[in-house]
Amino acid sequence: MEQHWKSAKGLFGAVLGPPLFWLVLFFMIPMGIVWLYSFGENRGLTEIALTGTFSNYLRALDPLYLKIFAKSVGIAGLTTLICLIIGFPVALAITFAPPKAKTWLLLAVMLPFWTNLLIRTYALIAVLRTEGYVNQSLQWLWNGLGAVVGVLGVGSLGPFQPLELLHNNFSVVLGLVYVHLPFMVLPLYSALDRLDTSLLEASLDLGAGHLRTLLTIVAPLALPGIASGVVITFIPALGSYLTPDLLGGPDSQMIANIIERQFKRANDWPFGAALSFLLMYMTFIAIALQAMLSRRRREPS
Amino acid sequence: MSKPIITFENVTKRFGRMVAVDNVSLTIDEGEFFCLLGPSGCGKTTLLRMLAGFETPTEGRILIDGQDISNVPPNRRPVNMVFQSYAVFPHMSVADNVAYGLKIDRVPAAERDRRVEEALELVQLGGLGSRKPDQLSGGQRQRVALARALIKRPRVLLLDEPLSALDAKLRDQMRTELCTLQETVGITFIMVTHDQDEALALASRCAVMNRGLLQQVATPNDLYEFPGSRFVADFIGSVNLFEGVLAVDEQDQAVVRSPELPADIYLDHGVTGGRGATVWAALRPEKIELHKYTPGQPPPVLDDSPAGSNLVRGVIRHESYLGSESTYDVEIAGGRRVRVLRSNLTRWDQEDFALGEEVWLGWHACSPAVLLN
Repeated sequence: MEQHWKSAKGLFGAVLGPPLFWLVLFFMIPMGIVWLYSFGENRGLTEIALTGTFSNYLRALDPLYLKIFAKSVGIAGLTTLICLIIGFPVALAITFAPPKAKTWLLLAVMLPFWTNLLIRTYALIAVLRTEGYVNQSLQWLWNGLGAVVGVLGVGSLGPFQPLELLHNNFSVVLGLVYVHLPFMVLPLYSALDRLDTSLLEASLDLGAGHLRTLLTIVAPLALPGIASGVVITFIPALGSYLTPDLLGGPDSQMIANIIERQFKRANDWPFGAALSFLLMYMTFIAIALQAMLSRRRREPS
Repeated sequence: MSKPIITFENVTKRFGRMVAVDNVSLTIDEGEFFCLLGPSGCGKTTLLRMLAGFETPTEGRILIDGQDISNVPPNRRPVNMVFQSYAVFPHMSVADNVAYGLKIDRVPAAERDRRVEEALELVQLGGLGSRKPDQLSGGQRQRVALARALIKRPRVLLLDEPLSALDAKLRDQMRTELCTLQETVGITFIMVTHDQDEALALASRCAVMNRGLLQQVATPNDLYEFPGSRFVADFIGSVNLFEGVLAVDEQDQAVVRSPELPADIYLDHGVTGGRGATVWAALRPEKIELHKYTPGQPPPVLDDSPAGSNLVRGVIRHESYLGSESTYDVEIAGGRRVRVLRSNLTRWDQEDFALGEEVWLGWHACSPAVLLN
């Protein structure tokens, strides 16, 4: 079955041609145009002169934008960490669930994927806003407690103060964790599921408890899965646009929101393009780090 | 020497509706090399895993040194296991693998290093401590698994099909080594295997299981020569089984009459069946002798059987030459085929008995085993 592609050039070309054409036309060329824009200057409303300037990149190094880059990395990093902390036990539970339950649990993890992101985000707004479900529930509890206090004649609790759950950094991180959790759970699950259970049994057999087995056997062997889970959670989280836009407050803007503003309201396409490519380079660095990590692990020492 | 170390008391294990182990009671003595033998799915591995603590009995008790361990988790049991897949930790060096159990027991570093060194020497892996498992051959990984389990000085070492993943030559070598190792360390070994040769060669005693039930517990010699049932006779080695009726059953002799055999099977001892009972006579292929048949010549004389019994005529229908021995399928009157094994004592031996030749089959009065079920 193993044939060299050179012996079937025609077939190879026929199979590879359409997707390659698609990639070049709708991905490489637009990307190239945006890349060229990042070295250009605005001349009038629609005209961009490609002057080969680095001024857009220099402008992006302004502390104002660096701060937003740093904040984006921070929010994405925190999101990834929380996803890992929540996702690892979830993946572990699915791995060791009975085979019948496994399918349903995996389905439950993936179900949100099949719902539009916008709808899910608006649902979160309904949950978190001042008159949202969380605050309503809290108010109900508060009033109940107030009634008890009133009956006991101890005093009064005063009016209910709703919690500020929406339009701040908290709601952005919560929203991002909610959206990105499946990205973490699935690679973790696939790494854990491949683990030979007799390794875990051997660890128990040699006297280790469950926690020790988890730390010394499961976690190191699942490290490639953890690394890929971290990367594929971190990258989309870093470039999130909708979640900070809808759930965030004035100070929880992420880099994608700034980029959007350059292309739309500010009409500064060259600067937007430069910011876009800086974001992309950061993504490349994250992927390169993961590749290096997994290669080092594969090499026999 | 014969102090019981492990006792199964009416142990039953069910997985859903499936009964994996069915009311097994068994005692294993200190210092034994005990084999659990049976076809796949017979419950032998489940029995072993219950000892290790990975499964809990549905009913019954398991005692180690007289202590009920049913509720003791695997990490607190005085037993260690060598897994079928070896389960060597791939991310640790050989030495770290072997030291794993000692680190958990907080053995001081100096003593730990010394014991790791000793354990590696014991399994002939001295000097390979810094290797990673993926730099080892299958046989070497097996030795790591052995060293890792033995270093904990368990009361009992459990081995789950330890030789099944090795190639034939290495398996032979490891078989001998396992035997020597057990004599050296003096620990009770319990080994699960489906390979009867392995069990016969290694075990001091064997338990044969089938469909969750214990069939027979005996020494390898007794299992082979005095099987307790048709299943055991057939599972251990190869056998010719003749269904028949006990025509004579006295103190010092018995006769089995089988419709499949033109001659009576005469035994020089009594059996505990009672006259008229349906029995099965089991004849091992190597216990049947081939004699040349020459037309007009009288049949060979058997000195321990009355004339007309333990002697039948047949035609060689199939022959397999195996070098040291040959097996023959001989068709006797009535169409039944009998398997005969014959050592090739001289270099021309097999020429005497060619395909299609007529031969006499004879056996000694002490050779057949009579089975009641």
